Amino acid sequence: MSSKWRILYNRLKFNLAKPHIVIGIALVLLLTALVVIPFLQLVYDTAVWQEADRRISRTAEPGEWTLFHYKRVFSSPLSLNVFYRPLLHSLETSLAISFFAIILGAMMAWLVVRTDMPFKTLIGVFAAIPYVLPSYTLALAWLNFFKNERVGGAAGIYQFLFGVPTPDWLAYGFVPIVITLSLHYYPFTYLLLSGALVSVDAHLEESGEVLGANRWTILRRITFPIVLPALVSSFILTFSRALGTFGTPYFLGAPVRYFTLATTIYSNIVNRTPAMAYISALVLILISVLIIYGNQRVTGSKSFVTIAGKGFHHRLTPLGTWKYPAFLVAASVILLAVFVPLFLLIWQTLMLYPNDYSLGNLTLHYWIGKSTPAFAEGEPGILRNAQILGAAWNSVKLSVGVALLAGMLGIFIGYVVVKSKKTWLSPLLEQQSFLPYLIPSIAFGAIYLSLFTREIGPFPSLYGTFLLVMLVCLAKNLPFSARAGISSMLQVAGELEESAIMVGASWQRRFRKIILPLTLTGALSGFILTFIATMRELSLIILLVTPSTRTLTTMTFRYVEQGYSQFADAIIMLIVILVILGESIARKFGKGR
Amino acid sequence: MAQIELKEVSKRFGQTVAVNRLSLQVEAGAFLTLLGPSGCGKTTVLRMIAGLEVPDQGEIRINNKTVFSSAEGIFVAPAKRGVGLVFQSYALWPHMTVFGNVAFGLQIHGTGKQDIEDRVKTALAYMQLQGMERRYPQEMSGGQQQRVALARMLVTQPSIFLMDEPLSNLDAKLRMEMRGEIKRIHRESKATTVYVTHDQTEALTLSTNVAVMNHGVLQQLAPPQHLYRRPANLFVADFIGSPTINLIPGEIVQEGDSPLFKGEGLTFHCPPLKPFVGKKVIAALRPENITLSREQDEPCVRGEVYSVLPAGAEVIVQVKSEESMFSVREMGDLSLEAGDPVYLRPAIESMIFYNREDGILIYPADEP
Repeated sequence: MSSKWRILYNRLKFNLAKPHIVIGIALVLLLTALVVIPFLQLVYDTAVWQEADRRISRTAEPGEWTLFHYKRVFSSPLSLNVFYRPLLHSLETSLAISFFAIILGAMMAWLVVRTDMPFKTLIGVFAAIPYVLPSYTLALAWLNFFKNERVGGAAGIYQFLFGVPTPDWLAYGFVPIVITLSLHYYPFTYLLLSGALVSVDAHLEESGEVLGANRWTILRRITFPIVLPALVSSFILTFSRALGTFGTPYFLGAPVRYFTLATTIYSNIVNRTPAMAYISALVLILISVLIIYGNQRVTGSKSFVTIAGKGFHHRLTPLGTWKYPAFLVAASVILLAVFVPLFLLIWQTLMLYPNDYSLGNLTLHYWIGKSTPAFAEGEPGILRNAQILGAAWNSVKLSVGVALLAGMLGIFIGYVVVKSKKTWLSPLLEQQSFLPYLIPSIAFGAIYLSLFTREIGPFPSLYGTFLLVMLVCLAKNLPFSARAGISSMLQVAGELEESAIMVGASWQRRFRKIILPLTLTGALSGFILTFIATMRELSLIILLVTPSTRTLTTMTFRYVEQGYSQFADAIIMLIVILVILGESIARKFGKGR
Repeated sequence: MAQIELKEVSKRFGQTVAVNRLSLQVEAGAFLTLLGPSGCGKTTVLRMIAGLEVPDQGEIRINNKTVFSSAEGIFVAPAKRGVGLVFQSYALWPHMTVFGNVAFGLQIHGTGKQDIEDRVKTALAYMQLQGMERRYPQEMSGGQQQRVALARMLVTQPSIFLMDEPLSNLDAKLRMEMRGEIKRIHRESKATTVYVTHDQTEALTLSTNVAVMNHGVLQQLAPPQHLYRRPANLFVADFIGSPTINLIPGEIVQEGDSPLFKGEGLTFHCPPLKPFVGKKVIAALRPENITLSREQDEPCVRGEVYSVLPAGAEVIVQVKSEESMFSVREMGDLSLEAGDPVYLRPAIESMIFYNREDGILIYPADEP
């Protein structure tokens, strides 16, 4: 054998004996199945005739190549309404939401981290809470307050108070979507930026001061460039979330036919023109990818880099007479983002007849009432309602299951990425697990719908199974669990494991005794994040659930559509309670170790 | 008898060649230090001996047993090589106590409970860590953590010790202390030791042999004193010694019947250089082999004091002469100030000469 082949042969032989290479190859195959193949299937489906197309075109030959769907979406009489207007709406709302969310988040972060605002610890604790709530909580609360009679059913508190119907522009469409989602998404910026602000060493700013720069110059020339990567990350995160979110634009937009790409995807699926939905999904993905890579080009390698080293001390900016006004502003943001909406929702669940805001109308019927034909077609209160309890059980199963699996997968991905640093396996796996980040939620759901509604080789169709819902949540949450896994593994997988290799510990033993105990704490935060995200997930799974697999979030959706806002709101409260419960159990478990 | 033997070992990472056809023998009981700048491949060599890295080519033998051979496709797992390794970061498991850390290897081997207890106790006592069994690594100082790491290696009684920059995370004072400890361990255990460092003082003080590496290639393997006096090439000459060796470019010309070194501002007769007449060379001279004088005296170089750096017992004087800068080590006090004119008198007999083209030592011949 020539020496070149000998080297290759030896490499193969010795590498296949290494556990991390074997696991890595298995993971690459798994992620290919979970992410890459579904994506290719989606692209394929946009370019061939579908069975359903027989209804709209006589020339349809299912399985044959065609540009029909593309023409229909981009250049047909329908295009303006099914594509261009929704595209414009998606872009204008996402941009406006990102803008306001970043301003709100940056203001909160600066006030909490860098000023002497009173009660800032308290504000800091509450500031991240909107993240925990389902994204459309505020939308439903908004409807409770501003709803007019356009969609039928009872009008909101606004009409009760002022005696006139709410104008459409205030009740539905662009304005409320931007307001509610900005209040929902600002925690991204708040969390990322306060992290960056904490790690900016005050010495950097002080050396500017020594050179005679004034406060404004320091902020502009030193602090801002340092926290810029965090701001860029916040923008990407907020924008791509806003782009892919379905609940809020649907609840607040549909009544006035204000559609976004996300909601047209849904209606195209419902109207059985899936290929058109998939094309819209592709456009959403394309926009996300452009934004993310465009930003990376602009900020260069600086993006996503956190500042190394801890700042030793910070000087707080004295607010002087602005101390209390600043507190009031911060407090009202939290009030509007968390407490007012939750109060409105709870109140709504306690009203026997909608639109009657008297105390005598208060009831617990929608929580614990028995079935009576007088209300809601005889549906019992949610705590007695077998369907809702079933959905709650599904939600819990789903969230805990996905969080555990994602956490495990994250640990394995982290292990392989860190251990095989010098091979092609590491970057490949890292990029594969980042891929779902580029794909907006509703588009991701569409992808899975496209692939798994048919048999694939020996595997039966997964549509309608709980497994499919779990898989999609698992795949969509991969970027976060992989990140968590990689960062906790960075400290463990090097010499700490090698010193166990040196004394002859087997891989199983190393994993059980060294790697797992040391990464569990890091993985726990990933677990909690995934748990919360899955518990309040709607956009991702709305296309995939069937009556037997429905979750609390999809039940809410159904009740809103049917006009039973009491039930819908009560279920949201149930979700909030379950999230808080789950998180505190997880934390307790983490502390007990 | 060679206890560790590397034959033509190569390793590349992607496009970079980390180690290039390295051959090396370590005698039983020797203390070999792999020395070189960062990225020279020294740690890779150590990790290949340990079995944590698989070479691309070559052969490694330990205790007369082939543990790696590319030709025969042999690779023996680290734990079966009879070696112990101390890492740069100590790599103590933070979730285990000191006892747990040291006992882990014995537990893997299925040693009896009482036996483990005794052996861990002995190892800890040997490293002066009595009474610290229940502590966690984070609760200890850097020096103590290093002692635990050493105890963990000693407890399984490997016949070969491997150490990867074990002192680089310690402050200067602790480093001195731990150097003494490592020397004691080597003296008392007589175990063959391979030690990696980029710190030449460490290499020169600890080792019986030093292997200097650069860009994955072995430059010279020699005892410390020899390495210092007869660096095999310009890289080693320049790398070893602080302040660095003085280099004077020049050429050997024939004058009358005696060869003459003609360098910048320095010319002298040097009969042994006869075979090299007509060659361009570089003369090298350690700072302690130059004396400073206020009077002219042949052969000497005229210069001007550039800067005076007192360092306790000795004084380093930097002297500028035309374009070149010389370092001179003088003992005791010196009443010189920057700007003073001064004459450099080199000790001709301590001078060594390199071929300017390939940087190889040409005189005096490098005795084995």
